[in-house]
Amino acid sequence: MIDILRARFHQGYRTIRFPKGADPERPERFVGRPEIAQEGCTGCGSCVQVCPTDALHLREKAPSIDMGLCTFCTVCAAACPQGVIRFGREFRLAAQGRQALLVPSQGEDADPLREESIHSLFGRSLKLRQVSAGGCGSCEADTNVLNTVGWDLGRLGIQFVASPRHADGLLVTGPVTKNMESALRKTYDATPSPKIVIAVGTCAVSGGLFRTHTETVMGVDTVLPVDLYIPGCPPHPATILEGLARFLGRIPAK
Amino acid sequence: MTEALFLPNGGRAPLSSVPFLSFQGFRKAIVEGVDAGGRLVALFGSQEEGVRLYGVLAWKDRALLSVVSTRIEGRYPSLTPTVPQAHLFEREIAELWEIEPTDHPWLKPVRFASPCGKVENSKRCGEADFFSIAGEEIHEVAVGPVHAGIIEPGHFRFQCHGETVHHLEILLGYQHRGIEKALLGGPDKRSLGYMETLAGDTTIGHGSAYCRIYEALTDTPVPARAQALRGIALELERIANHIGDLGALAGDVGFLPTMSYCGRIRGDVLNLTGQICGSRFGRRLLIPGGVRYDLDEEQVEKIRKGLKRAVQEAEEAVGLLWKSSSVLARFEGTGALSREVAEEIGLVGVAARACGIETDVRSDFPYDIYQFFNIPTVTWHTGDVFARAFVRSQEIRRSAEFVLGLLESLPTGEILAPAGGSLQERQLVLSLVEGWRGEIFHGAVTDRNGRFSCYKVVDPSFHNWFGLALALRNRQISDFPLCNKSFNLSYCGHDL
Repeated sequence: MIDILRARFHQGYRTIRFPKGADPERPERFVGRPEIAQEGCTGCGSCVQVCPTDALHLREKAPSIDMGLCTFCTVCAAACPQGVIRFGREFRLAAQGRQALLVPSQGEDADPLREESIHSLFGRSLKLRQVSAGGCGSCEADTNVLNTVGWDLGRLGIQFVASPRHADGLLVTGPVTKNMESALRKTYDATPSPKIVIAVGTCAVSGGLFRTHTETVMGVDTVLPVDLYIPGCPPHPATILEGLARFLGRIPAK
Repeated sequence: MTEALFLPNGGRAPLSSVPFLSFQGFRKAIVEGVDAGGRLVALFGSQEEGVRLYGVLAWKDRALLSVVSTRIEGRYPSLTPTVPQAHLFEREIAELWEIEPTDHPWLKPVRFASPCGKVENSKRCGEADFFSIAGEEIHEVAVGPVHAGIIEPGHFRFQCHGETVHHLEILLGYQHRGIEKALLGGPDKRSLGYMETLAGDTTIGHGSAYCRIYEALTDTPVPARAQALRGIALELERIANHIGDLGALAGDVGFLPTMSYCGRIRGDVLNLTGQICGSRFGRRLLIPGGVRYDLDEEQVEKIRKGLKRAVQEAEEAVGLLWKSSSVLARFEGTGALSREVAEEIGLVGVAARACGIETDVRSDFPYDIYQFFNIPTVTWHTGDVFARAFVRSQEIRRSAEFVLGLLESLPTGEILAPAGGSLQERQLVLSLVEGWRGEIFHGAVTDRNGRFSCYKVVDPSFHNWFGLALALRNRQISDFPLCNKSFNLSYCGHDL
C-alpha cells in the first residue's frame, strides 16, 4: 500500500489544460494542416503524380489538397520543385462539412441551425460507441488514449460506452470493409435517435489508401450520414479532442 | 532437407534456384523438416503458370531459412494432420486458390476474402459452421464483431458448460482490406502506405520488413546510421506497446494505479517516436534505402532523457503489479499454455517466449543493426498471463538499454542510399523482423518485369490467435478479457 501511495506521489498530476489552457504539445516535426502558397506553382504536376491517394488536384495552376484523402505522408511537399506545398503545425483539422476539408477551403463548415441543436442536445454530455470498420489500430489507439489521465476526455462530458443502446452516437474508424458494413449498419440502427456519427481518420473520411479496393466502401459516409469529419493518418489525439470539443460548442469555432 | 534452398534473413535468390518438387517430395521436406526442428514460417501460393506453393521453414541453429516449392491444383492431401502449424495456412490456400487440402480437420474461411483473380465474393463474413458441443446444460456465448471497448472487430464463440469454457472458436475477417492483392504489380506509390497501415501499431515492424524486401531486390546497401535509426524506432515501438499492454492487463484485473500510469507513459514513448518523424506511430520515417529523418545532437539528447524517464516511471508503475497479491492471484496460472502445445502450433513472439521457447528474430536471424548489437532473449516458463506480462516487462528494459546504447554511439554518415532502378526479375526474397508481437514474415516473388507477382505477409497474430483459443480451454469465461489482453493480437494484421 505504501508503495502504491509513493508511486502516486511520484507520478504526479499529468492532465493537459487544453481546451481551457494552452494548445497541447506536439512534436517539433509535427505534420499538421497543409499550406499552399498562392504563388510559385508552375503547374508541373509533380505533386499530383506522387500522391498515393490522389488527394491533390491542380486548379488554375495551384494545387488543392483534400485533407479527407490525405495521409499526411508529405511526399508531395518533397516532390514540389518550387516549395509551394508545406505542412504546418496547425492541429485543428476537424470539420462538419466534407467540402471544408479542402485546402484552400471550398465551403462553409457548419450549418448554424444544426450546430445549435447539437450544442443543446449533446454539449454537456455525449456518450459514444466506437466502431472499428477496417481501421488499422492507429486511429483506435489515438482515440483510446483520450481516456488516459493525460487527456482525460471525461472532463468534457464525453465518454465511450460499451453498447450502442447507451450511446448518443458512433465514432467510426477505418475505410469500412465490406465484411464490416452490415455490423456497422446494425450498430447504427441500435443507437437511439437523435444520434450523430463521427468519422475519425482519413480512411473513415474517404476510404483513404483503400478507397479503390473492392474489399472496402469509400469511407463511412457511403454507409451512414456523417456529422463530423476528423482527418489524419492517424489524427493526433489533440486533433480528435479539439474536433469533439468544438463540435459540442465547448470551444468557440476559430 | 537436402533438397531445399537455404537463404539468410533478407536473402534473395532467382526463382529458378528454388527446388520445384513433386508434391510428395514437398510434403516430405516440410514434415521431416518440422520433425528435425524447423518451424513453419509461411506456406503460400503464388500465381506462376498455375499455383506454385512455397513452404518456408526457419532453422534457428543455423540462422537460415529454407524454402521448397511444388505445384498444386484441384486438391491435395492436407499437411495439417501431421503438421498442425499448417492449419491456418491451408485454410488460407483453400480460400484464395480454391484448392482443397483433403482431410483438413476444420476447413473454413480465414477472412472471407474473394479468391485470387476474382472480384465477386459469394461469402458473407461470419457465416460459417462453428465447432459446437451438444447437451442439455451446454450453452454457447457469442461475442462480437463489435466489442465493448475501443478495439478492432472479431467474433468469438464460446462453448460453455456452466462457467467453464470447453472450446473457444475465433472467427476473423471483418478487417479484410485486400492489401496483398493490392500489392500485386507493385511496388508503386501506395505500397509503403499499405505497409505502414497493415497493422497500425506495428508501422515500423511491417514497414522495415517491406523496405528490406525492396532493398534486396534493388541491391541497395542501407547506410549504418539508417540501420541504427530503424533499430531505435523498432524498439521504441516495442517499448510503447509493451507498456500499454501492461497497463491494460492491470486494468483488466481492476488494478487502477498501474493502468493509469502506464496508459500515460505509453503515450510519452509514442511521443519519442513523434520526435523522430513527427508521427507517434512512426509514419513517414521509413523509406526503401534508409530513413527520411535524421537526428541532431540536441534531439538525440532529448530522446535519451525522455526514454530514461519514461522507462524509470514504467518500472515503478509495473513494479506495483509484482508486489500486489491480488494482481498475482489473477495473473498466475490463468490461460496457461504448455511449451509442447506452443511448439506444436508454432507460436511466435512474446507468447512463445512466455512458454519458455527461446525464439526472437533479433538474435536468431539477426540482420542490419542487430548483427552488431545483441539484445538478450527473455523467456519465462509458466506460459500463463503472468509469464506474458513478465516477459514484456523485461523486454522493455532490454530494449531501452539497446536504444540508450545506440543513442550514445550513433554511426555517422548518410541516412538514405538511393534505392533507384527497377527490381530484379524473377526472384524470391524472404524477410523476417521481430515486431513487438513477434515474428513478422514478408515474402515477395517478382515477375519477368520486376514487379511483384506475389507478396505474402504473415503477421505474428496469424500464428498466435489459435494459441489464445487454446489458452482458454477449461478456464472460466470471465478469464477471457485477461487472456485476450495478455496476447493482444492484431485483427487487421491477420485479416490483411
